[in-house]
Amino acid sequence: MAHITYKQADGTATTVDVPVGCSVMRGAVDNGVDGILAECGGGAICATCHVYIDEASTAKLPPIDDLEDELLQVTASPRLPGSRLACQLPAMEGLVILVPEKQL
Amino acid sequence: MAGGRIVVVGGGQAGFQACSSLRDNGFDGDLSLVCEERTLPYERPPLSKDYLRGDIDLALRPESFYDGKGIDLIAGRVAGIDPRARTATLDSGRSLPYDRLILATGARARTLPVPGARLSNVFTLRTVGDAESLRKRLEAGTRVVVVGGGFIGLEVASLAQELGCDTTVVEVLPHAMARVVTPQTSDTLVEVHRSRGTRVLLGRRVAAFDGDHAGRVRQVALDNGTRLEADVVVLGVGVVPNVELAYKANLPTSDGFLVDQTLRTSDPAIYAIGDCARFPSRHASSLIRLESVQNAVDQAHHVARCITGQPEPYTAVPWFWSDQCGLKLQISGISLGHDQTVLKGDPAEGRFSVFCFRSGELVAVESVNRPADHIISRRLLAGTTELTPDDVAHPDFDLKKAPR
Repeated sequence: MAHITYKQADGTATTVDVPVGCSVMRGAVDNGVDGILAECGGGAICATCHVYIDEASTAKLPPIDDLEDELLQVTASPRLPGSRLACQLPAMEGLVILVPEKQL
Repeated sequence: MAGGRIVVVGGGQAGFQACSSLRDNGFDGDLSLVCEERTLPYERPPLSKDYLRGDIDLALRPESFYDGKGIDLIAGRVAGIDPRARTATLDSGRSLPYDRLILATGARARTLPVPGARLSNVFTLRTVGDAESLRKRLEAGTRVVVVGGGFIGLEVASLAQELGCDTTVVEVLPHAMARVVTPQTSDTLVEVHRSRGTRVLLGRRVAAFDGDHAGRVRQVALDNGTRLEADVVVLGVGVVPNVELAYKANLPTSDGFLVDQTLRTSDPAIYAIGDCARFPSRHASSLIRLESVQNAVDQAHHVARCITGQPEPYTAVPWFWSDQCGLKLQISGISLGHDQTVLKGDPAEGRFSVFCFRSGELVAVESVNRPADHIISRRLLAGTTELTPDDVAHPDFDLKKAPR
């Protein structure tokens, strides 16, 4: 299990146990974390699981591929240096995720 | 409505989402979800995709979710509804009283009215059980004939080919996926299937399936006399909406429960959503019934809002997707009745979008490996866009900069 903390734009935070091998998106959806819609169920086609990752964690995560990069250009909340799609991120111990204000 | 009793019939994506959204919107009365399949509500799209490669967790939510939200999961089948008494009766005889009833009964796979359609190793694909049975038969060298070149058929063909099966697709219409995409997109995808070694026969009808002594399918006979050797046949020839509950309850149907703009049937206490509902849409010129996750989810959200708040017309932009041969096909809007298309990008490179217009108005965009086009076009179609075919055709056109 990996402990992942999801912080909402209003400052509230939830820490949940996510099985290693699961995605950060799945961890949020299974635990009822608000604000990660994942309309397509994890296919990297809808950009509704947009999240922000802090700089320290960015280096540990797999790089952004072309498809994810294209989707990050059209997210509903602004793209920032830490922007990722949660469906493309494996659960890792201690990850802190900032959930953007809107996904649609 | 804050309290009361709501019964949701059908534990697919729509039924699950309706329950979840009702709770999210503050509904605190009794909430039951009647599930015919003996599993927790699960995702169906992977059944014709990754699930055929190996086990993946399909459950939409773990069991604890339903306990936590106070959603009573009832295993069983609703055999009848009595709109006067406002009760739904299960096969077991148990009666569930309701103040509001949400029909999310879904659809079942069609079969073909030809000889031999009931032979063993002739599969349809709708449930996780169907997918498990099929998966066991898909091995390298297996001769697979897929009947129907729609999303399900082509997705299965893509997977079967990848698993080393000798794969043939038979489609009765001159174009694959003709119901949902333009010939441009259809032709491009069919070429990709062919380039990977799948045979795609267009404009050919199945006349019969022939079996061996053990009742297993062996050959598929086509209308032109061709006989295809087959170890496995997969029928992907569409679905039939489950509307049998309408008859005794006197609810109007027409290939689906007929509902108004607020997704309500002729009975003010009964709604219908998802694959089983035919509804008026501002994105189409006639009543439509859609079979998609988007439609299930958005109609579920909507019905929850109508019940807990003010009834409003349902206007969500329809969208669809399919994964085939490593390509991501995404469609926004309804292209039916379009009279003009503009192609952007290069089909030969496997990255392009087709913009579809009806009387000069943008009605749909089909994208292959251009997900940003899809996302932006959905936003455009949700509002009113003045984008013209000439705008899109211009060499400097950039959808990201289009006014919305």
